[in-house]
Amino acid sequence: MTDKQISSGNSVKGFLGKMVSNQLFIPLAALLLLVLFNLVADPTFFKIALEPSSTGNLILSGNIITIIDNASELAILAIGMTLVTSASGGQDISVGSAIAIAGSVVLRIVKGQPADISSLSFYGMLFGAFLLCVAVSAAFGAFNGALVAYFKIQPMVATLILFTAGRSIAAWINNNDNISINDTRFGYFGNFIPGIPVPTPVFITIICLVVIALVLKFTNLRLYSQAVGINASSSRLNGINPKSIKLLSFIILGICVAVCGFIKVSRTSSITYSVIANNIEMDAILAVALGGNNLGGGKFNLTASVIGAYVIQFLTTTLFKFKVSSSAISAYKAVVVILLIIMSAPIVRKWFADRRNRRLAAKAESATGKEVA
Amino acid sequence: MSVNTGSIDGEKLKLKRRSGFTDTNLLLIITIAVFFVMYVCAVVFLKKGFTKPQMFFNILNENASLLVLSCGMTLVMITGGIDISVGQVTSLVCMACAVHLEQNGGNVFSSMCIALAIGLAFGVVQGFLVAYLEFQPFIVTLAGLFFAKGMTTIISSDRISVTNDAFVKLSKYEVEIPFLGSVNKKGIFIPAYVEVGVVVALVVVILLFIVLRWTKLGRNFYAVGGNNQSANMLGINVKLTKFLAHVLCGLCAGIGGYLFFLHACSGSPLHAQGAEMNAIASSIIGGTLLSGGVGNIVGTLFGVLSLSTIKMIVTSLGFDDPWWTNITVAAMLCLFLLVQSVILARKNRSKK
Repeated sequence: MTDKQISSGNSVKGFLGKMVSNQLFIPLAALLLLVLFNLVADPTFFKIALEPSSTGNLILSGNIITIIDNASELAILAIGMTLVTSASGGQDISVGSAIAIAGSVVLRIVKGQPADISSLSFYGMLFGAFLLCVAVSAAFGAFNGALVAYFKIQPMVATLILFTAGRSIAAWINNNDNISINDTRFGYFGNFIPGIPVPTPVFITIICLVVIALVLKFTNLRLYSQAVGINASSSRLNGINPKSIKLLSFIILGICVAVCGFIKVSRTSSITYSVIANNIEMDAILAVALGGNNLGGGKFNLTASVIGAYVIQFLTTTLFKFKVSSSAISAYKAVVVILLIIMSAPIVRKWFADRRNRRLAAKAESATGKEVA
Repeated sequence: MSVNTGSIDGEKLKLKRRSGFTDTNLLLIITIAVFFVMYVCAVVFLKKGFTKPQMFFNILNENASLLVLSCGMTLVMITGGIDISVGQVTSLVCMACAVHLEQNGGNVFSSMCIALAIGLAFGVVQGFLVAYLEFQPFIVTLAGLFFAKGMTTIISSDRISVTNDAFVKLSKYEVEIPFLGSVNKKGIFIPAYVEVGVVVALVVVILLFIVLRWTKLGRNFYAVGGNNQSANMLGINVKLTKFLAHVLCGLCAGIGGYLFFLHACSGSPLHAQGAEMNAIASSIIGGTLLSGGVGNIVGTLFGVLSLSTIKMIVTSLGFDDPWWTNITVAAMLCLFLLVQSVILARKNRSKK
């Protein structure tokens, strides 16, 4: 009888243990916690309404839509950041500055256009601007990557260079002018396309996720970057070129940055060099960490990182909802992040597991003791 | 050079004789050489004020806080960690002290205690999380940065100027440098001066230099940063050493924060923006490796001086646009990183 109980208890515990040890557990549990918290505090948080916007389109509005919309940039960045973390064992802290550069490049091209330009040539020009912005961002990514891969500088320090200079370069590209684009068509990519009630960045994010999923499925990128991250010299002996893999991961991050920069400037149709994408590098790194990825490189789980990005945006929106001022938000975020990281730390998990095992052992012992008596 | 740094130069020479000419010493020498060349060029070609000794002391006056922050950063970097929260801790210290002096009617001494307590608290908590719970230092101090930033605005989101008499007197107190000075247009000799903060900063530099060079704790820092496992096998308490490095860095952030407060005489959420990056850059220019085990406080001192000199040169060259300073600092950082990388690669090759 007692044996049976213990064994069934064990299998339940085993299942729980398997779930807890899954990498997706931490971000999903955090998401669930946030959802429950909001459900208890204010059920109207989850209301989604279809309302006409100021321009007369029918659009979806509500906190959930806001979260999914605003997390787009973070989710796209999390893709690149996860790859960089995996291959190079460090993080790129220059993404915020690089987004400023990318946005500045786009605006530089778009601002010179006449107002009465036809739709076709406008989108053609926009596409050209986007391609140029991708090229510039990829070049800056390659610069970071070359410093990391060929000069063996720690990623954080190497990207410190662009972090310091990036916003200044962005200001320099446009001569520090305050640019705002009046053409409403430019705002379609960061807001809503007329007739479609879902914000455009969501589609862009989905496209990016599908592309990276296909790349990971049909190429060896995942295997190679994990191998390089775990042991660069042994992967070199196995015929992988660790330098080019590292460089490649930084270039991919550069492309992600270009997409983010495009969305960012399209959202407001303007740019403020010192404020645009402020602190986004911190959020992106946190998303990777929240996803349970080892920040020292090696194995990675992209899904977990992307969910981590949404968790962070969920947290931010929840805090906004409770009237926390935007500058004070970081203090609360820090507390939550520390708690989450403490929960996910191997040493703490081991301590809990030890405790549980000891309790089980004690229970079993007392049970046998009773039987003997 | 100044009177204050003369003794350190002497110590450096002694050190060179003892350990011979190594690559890491080369890094230090390059840094010092770059600083002197830059300063001499500025004196010869720019003139504008650079010929006056006061210009040099102004660099010190403005960067006393950065100097202390960088020294703390160097300690943590030698053990192989990093602390990116120091800039925001500085901002928090300024704000807390300003509110304490202005709105709560506190005195100067208790405000100093508050500054040290804040720094120490950050150091202890972050050190515990990094050393004993084995989290990534970057993530832990990132959370610290966020926390300090948020707390600063929670205390007050406005700029608070301090009018407390005793504090203003302390802030304006000038320590005159004997024999150095310049003659103004009316022919009156004006002696060069430094602020109280500079004296404190130099004392911190000398103390930390002594700790790193001649105490067991200091040698442990290098051992832990050089190789964690061998340090452990040598019987060094690795966790305690890392913990102490973070505590000292936190303390330095507290002191540096107070020095910034002393210089700025106000508290604002915008204070010391990006100071952590300047501190990291100074340490790297001074020859500290982020991988740990290599570094020198004297190098950091010259790193701070080089960084601030180049900023000053850029401004006096007439590149007033705010972006030029950042771009030059970044270019300089890039240059030093490349030099470091080449030297390290050479060192590794010669080992094999």
